[in-house]
Amino acid sequence: MLKKRLIFTLLYNQGQFVLSRNFRLQKVGDINWLQKNYDFSKISFSIDELIVLDVSRKERDPDQFCNVLAALSQGCFVPIAAGGGIACVEDARRLLRAGADKVVVNSALYEQTDVVESVAREFGQQCVVASVDAKRSADSGWQVFSKNGSNAMLGNVRYWLTQVLKLPVGELYLNSMDRDGTGQGLDMELLAELPPSVAKPIILAGGAGNASHLAKGLEQEQVDAVATAHLFNFVGDGLSKARQAVVDAGVTLAHWDMSQLPALRQVGAG
Amino acid sequence: MSRTVTIIDYGMGNLVSVRNALSYLGASVAISGDPAFVSSSETLLLPGVGSFRASMEELRKRGLDHAIREAVLERKSNILGICLGMQLMGSRGVEDGDTEGLGLIPVRVDGFAGSEVGSRKVPHIGFNVVTHEAGSRLFDGLSAAADFYFVHSFRMLPSPELPGLVAKCDYGVEFMAAYEHKNVYATQFHPEKSQTSGLWLLRNFLLQ
Repeated sequence: MLKKRLIFTLLYNQGQFVLSRNFRLQKVGDINWLQKNYDFSKISFSIDELIVLDVSRKERDPDQFCNVLAALSQGCFVPIAAGGGIACVEDARRLLRAGADKVVVNSALYEQTDVVESVAREFGQQCVVASVDAKRSADSGWQVFSKNGSNAMLGNVRYWLTQVLKLPVGELYLNSMDRDGTGQGLDMELLAELPPSVAKPIILAGGAGNASHLAKGLEQEQVDAVATAHLFNFVGDGLSKARQAVVDAGVTLAHWDMSQLPALRQVGAG
Repeated sequence: MSRTVTIIDYGMGNLVSVRNALSYLGASVAISGDPAFVSSSETLLLPGVGSFRASMEELRKRGLDHAIREAVLERKSNILGICLGMQLMGSRGVEDGDTEGLGLIPVRVDGFAGSEVGSRKVPHIGFNVVTHEAGSRLFDGLSAAADFYFVHSFRMLPSPELPGLVAKCDYGVEFMAAYEHKNVYATQFHPEKSQTSGLWLLRNFLLQ
């Protein structure tokens, strides 16, 4: 049976990892800080997938971001998706060369669909994760935003999800801007905005603050994976505990044997 | 037992992940697209992401198809094909048009049919359960039903007359999750993306 997935999302802004709350960013530390305080190699053994997004609000420095990505990918043996400002095939190629297995596209979904098509043609559509940021609005239900949540799109989320799912993308990352970083729980109501029977895996993000939020999200039939970007709520062994709690709640997640780890590094030396 | 592995570079796919995993295990890694180097390597790894046809064309353009066959069939070098790399080792593939494969595994590669998968989503993405046969060298020391990470839309189906050992995964249809016969090894899943289970399998391959 195909397992559901627990995903951790790292947000990066101008050289620093950040916490995001309703898309307002708060600096927490650079790659050295992350390695020192979070022992990322341990975190990565508690998740099924890693997403790393360059959400820099000013001009991006792709080389610096790729260096960080390459460093993260070294001790991480799960799929990595990376994104932020992808505007051409070369942008995607650079991330893939730095250790990403997939790329995450957001603004290009609305403004440069040809870029999405070219990336899919070059690397396959399984390589493209469509990220949609949605926010509740008073009149039209849910509104979609591009450009790091700064640009409101005309047309509601139902319209845009239908459009986006027609593109050659492999997965959908659906993020609630209202819940983002609040720790109030994932917003299941956003799922009601999806077209019926979506043929692509759905990752629900925005608002998960504890294990029971993750479990509730994964219990939804439409949801294939949940993502959290909340660094501080899962500090130390928080993620491995959360993973166990999700399993205890009855969600089927992948299992691997951590006791095999010490023997693994002895092939070259033996 | 120090091992040098040659990752075959034919311009497609993410070589970084595979290299990271092999380096983590302590193997020395060479990345090469040079047919002379590949044909003289003792341990080969064929990665791959992309389309069957485009990848076979790249392999042929570089003379790597002959180099791989020479290493595997004449020198008896060990080879592990991963994901599309496994499919390329098959007899034929239909992705983007019918194309001849490397012919190291006598099985053709077809897309998941709607009648096979039912309401399941294609591509098949995520960790799924792999069951292996007793005596498998690749899965030695792993649980009889271990989880591995898949991402693919095409698959190979096992048949009773196929020599060697097949590990299976169920996605509406039981397809070939892994294969081993003599010096030919292949996985449809990504061991380099499958946590300790995948690393363990790669370790087993290195120890052959």
